[in-house]
Amino acid sequence: MKKLVDARGLSCPLPVLKTKEAIDKGEQEIEVLVDNNTALENVTRLAQSKGFKVTTSKSTDGDWQILINREK
Amino acid sequence: MDRRDWFVIGTGLLIGVLAAVLVKLGNPGNMGFCIACFIRDIAGALGLHRAAIVQYIRPEIPGLVLGAFIAALVGREFRSKGGSGSIIRFFLGIFMMIGALVFLGCPLRMLLRLGGGDLNAILGLAGFIVGIIAGVELLKRGFNLGRAQTGSVAGALVMPLIAVVLILLAIYKPVFNADAGGPIFASAEGPGSLYAPLAISLAAGLIVGFLAQRARLCLSGGIRDFALTKDTYLLKGYGAILIGVLIANLILGYFNLGFADQPVAHTDGIWNFLGMALVGLAAILAGGCPLRQLVMSGQGDTDAGMTVLGMLVGAALAHNFMLASSPAGPTLYGKIVVILGLIICAGIGWYCREA
Repeated sequence: MKKLVDARGLSCPLPVLKTKEAIDKGEQEIEVLVDNNTALENVTRLAQSKGFKVTTSKSTDGDWQILINREK
Repeated sequence: MDRRDWFVIGTGLLIGVLAAVLVKLGNPGNMGFCIACFIRDIAGALGLHRAAIVQYIRPEIPGLVLGAFIAALVGREFRSKGGSGSIIRFFLGIFMMIGALVFLGCPLRMLLRLGGGDLNAILGLAGFIVGIIAGVELLKRGFNLGRAQTGSVAGALVMPLIAVVLILLAIYKPVFNADAGGPIFASAEGPGSLYAPLAISLAAGLIVGFLAQRARLCLSGGIRDFALTKDTYLLKGYGAILIGVLIANLILGYFNLGFADQPVAHTDGIWNFLGMALVGLAAILAGGCPLRQLVMSGQGDTDAGMTVLGMLVGAALAHNFMLASSPAGPTLYGKIVVILGLIICAGIGWYCREA
C-alpha cells in the first residue's frame, strides 16, 4: 500500500515534517504532493538522506508529485 | 557537499561581504542589512511613527522584494498563494518586529553584529535558538495554520508593486505635508541619516533578493531544519554569512570585540535573549525569518505579504508606544510586550493545531 502525503499549500517545514512522520512509521512507498519548489527540494533531500529512491514529476497545474521508495 | 550546498555558501559569503561594504559606503554600523531596522526606517519615512532618528526609505527592502520577484519569474516559480491563517500571520509579523526592535536587529543583523565582534549578539543568538526549539516542539504537536490556496495574479503582484512605489518615493522624496516636514520624512541625525548611495543600496537589495530566493535562504530555517531532521543545508548559508562579514570587517577595520559601545546595540543580556526568543518563535510559526518573508512576498505568497505588512505595523507600534530599545537599553513597555508576545505566540502555537 502506497502512503499518500498531501502537503500542497502547507507552510515550511510541514511538507518535510509530514514526510518524516511517514518514513518514521516505516512506510516503504510514499507519494508526496507539494505545490512549490522549496518543498520539492526539501522533501527530496530528506528522503535521499534516509536512503530512499526519489522520482519526481510535475503536473500540469504546477504541483509536484514526489515518489519515494525504500531501496532494496 | 553538492552544487546546492556551494550555492548557499556562496550566497551567504556574498551577503556578509556586501553588508560590510554597505557600512563602508554609509549604512549604520553592523547594519549593512537589517530587515527589521530597515522596515522600521521605512515606517518612519512614511510617517507611521515619528521617531525622528529612524526615518529613511531604505532601498534595500524594495530591492529584496523585486530581486526575489525577478528570480521567481526566471525560475518559473511566481505563483499566487494565500489564505493560510493570514490575519494570524499579520500578528506574527508584528511580534517578530517588536522582538527584533527590543534586541535591535533581525536574525540577519544578529549575525552581522556577531561578525563585527558585538558579543551582545551571542545572547540574542541563544534566545533565537531557544525560541526556534520551542516553535519546533509546537510544530511536532501539530501546529498548522492551514492550507494556502491558489489566488489571483493581482494579489501576487501587490507586494512587488508596493516595492516599485517605495523605490519611486525614495528617488523623488516628495513632501506631502510641508508644515509637518513630511511624509516623506528623512532623519537629519541618528541611524536614519546614515545610508549608502541609493543606487548601490538598491542594487545590493536586488542581488541579495535574487540569490536568497534561489538559495531558499532562511535564518530561522537553518536551526529549525537541524533540530527537526539534522539537515544542515540552510545552516551552511548561516555560517557563510558570519564568515563573510567577519572577514570583510577585519579587512575594513570594523571588527571590535566586546559588549560595550557597540553600534546601535544595548548590553541588557536578558532582553537581548528574550527579544530574539520572540523573533525565533514567531518566525517558526510564520514559516520563515523576516528575510525569507520578504523573499516569499516577492514570489507571490500573499500570506508572507501579510507578515511583511505586520512587520511594518509592528515597527510603527514599537516606536509610537515606546517598545523599541535604544542604545541605553530596553524600555519597561518593551519588556512587557515581549513577555505578552511570547505568551500570545505560544498560545497561537498551541491552539492552531490539527485535529
